[in-house]
Amino acid sequence: MHDSVETITAPQVIEIIDLVKQIYGFDFGSYTKASLKRRVTRIMQLKKLQFYDLKHILVNDSGFFQQFLEEITVNVTEMFRDPSFYSSFNKQVIPYLASYPHAKIWCAGCSSGEEVYSLAILLQQAGLRKKSFIYGTDINTECLKEARKGIYSLRKIKSYAENYQLAGLEGSITDHFTILYDAASIHSELKQNTLFSVHNLVSDNVFNEFQLITCRNVFIYFEIALQEWILDLFYQSLAPLGFLCLGAKETIRSDNFRKKFKVINQKENIYQKIGS
Amino acid sequence: MALDDNIVQRWRNSDLLLLGGSAGSFKPIYHCVKLFPKNLNKTVIIIIHRKKNFFSEIEKLFADNSRMMMREVTDKDVLNANTIYIAPANYHTLIEKDKSFSLDVSEAIWYSRPSIDVTFESASEIYKNRCTAVLFSGANPDGAEGLLKLRHKGALTIVQDPDDAEMREMPQAAIALNAAEYTLNTKDIFELFQK
Repeated sequence: MHDSVETITAPQVIEIIDLVKQIYGFDFGSYTKASLKRRVTRIMQLKKLQFYDLKHILVNDSGFFQQFLEEITVNVTEMFRDPSFYSSFNKQVIPYLASYPHAKIWCAGCSSGEEVYSLAILLQQAGLRKKSFIYGTDINTECLKEARKGIYSLRKIKSYAENYQLAGLEGSITDHFTILYDAASIHSELKQNTLFSVHNLVSDNVFNEFQLITCRNVFIYFEIALQEWILDLFYQSLAPLGFLCLGAKETIRSDNFRKKFKVINQKENIYQKIGS
Repeated sequence: MALDDNIVQRWRNSDLLLLGGSAGSFKPIYHCVKLFPKNLNKTVIIIIHRKKNFFSEIEKLFADNSRMMMREVTDKDVLNANTIYIAPANYHTLIEKDKSFSLDVSEAIWYSRPSIDVTFESASEIYKNRCTAVLFSGANPDGAEGLLKLRHKGALTIVQDPDDAEMREMPQAAIALNAAEYTLNTKDIFELFQK
């Protein structure tokens, strides 16, 4: 994999960020730069564009911007990623959700829906599916279309079989899909209590009150100041004693927010809102 | 090969040491970990390919036998001297300008996440010539491109001699790209680290 295009410099990444913000209103200014630089370089390689060409096409072709947006955000996801998280979730969060007559869940940064459906399967097995509702949000409209369909390649679903088993769930992952040739379609009852819509964590606000928010492997793309801005959004969006689940390697660092969220599981980064 | 003044001087001037490897690299890297004194005065990052969901004893074994502080990278950790960081499985590990880590779950490279290339390239931009990198045994070509980028930035780049490696493909790929300034056997690598 030799470089066929020039490597972009850090100031050039800033130039692209500014351009995108001015023209399209998306603000990537507080995204981590090392990852952004990789993504922009990747787009240039895929589309065989030099830096000047990339700027030109971003300014003049709004259709290209949609593709740019899809590539610049990382949409790699799995069902039951980090199986130990899901087994902890079953023990520590499910009983809390069960205590409510109705549980609202926000899966922030849901990409193509794999995590939403993982949660839906968990809720179903706990007998909570009908009294819960999962909102999946992302900035990427193309991914959300995939999420709504709930159709994945059979090969992909089979690759999650190990996760499923390690999470300690009943049966096998394919039990939850209708399989037709090489496509696996999530059972329609698992789709019933879900809603996918666009929400930008950088610029959009509180839209409901939740008993649980999951936002896993999203913070890793954000600088600390933006993480705190979003933690505040989550805090405001959570019901008293509501749960927040971050990714396996993501953590709440600031003293301010450490006072507002109690650590329920240090290793899996499961937190509970405390205070008013 | 005897260790010349150039290599020793540049090792001493390095703030960062990168150790990368795949199949067959555990043993030599483990030996390095045991070797380092408490106050090596450098930051060490280890990138070893391993399977996700496989809670290997690697981290524990390293931690139990290291005199240096040891931790698996968590998002936004600051790179401290006298600390060994291990790149976590199922993430790529990157370094930001302010010398903190950021993680990334984007596509695996050479079927690997962590990718050695990703961390090496990212380190090359931040540490430039104040860095030493060693690529050990492995059965795929990950790390070669990254090592070349490090070399272009003036870092001291070393590969384990393929004849000395359990799996030769990884160091061989780096040599083929002309990414390795020095090709050393493990004995010389260990000796360098004690200079």
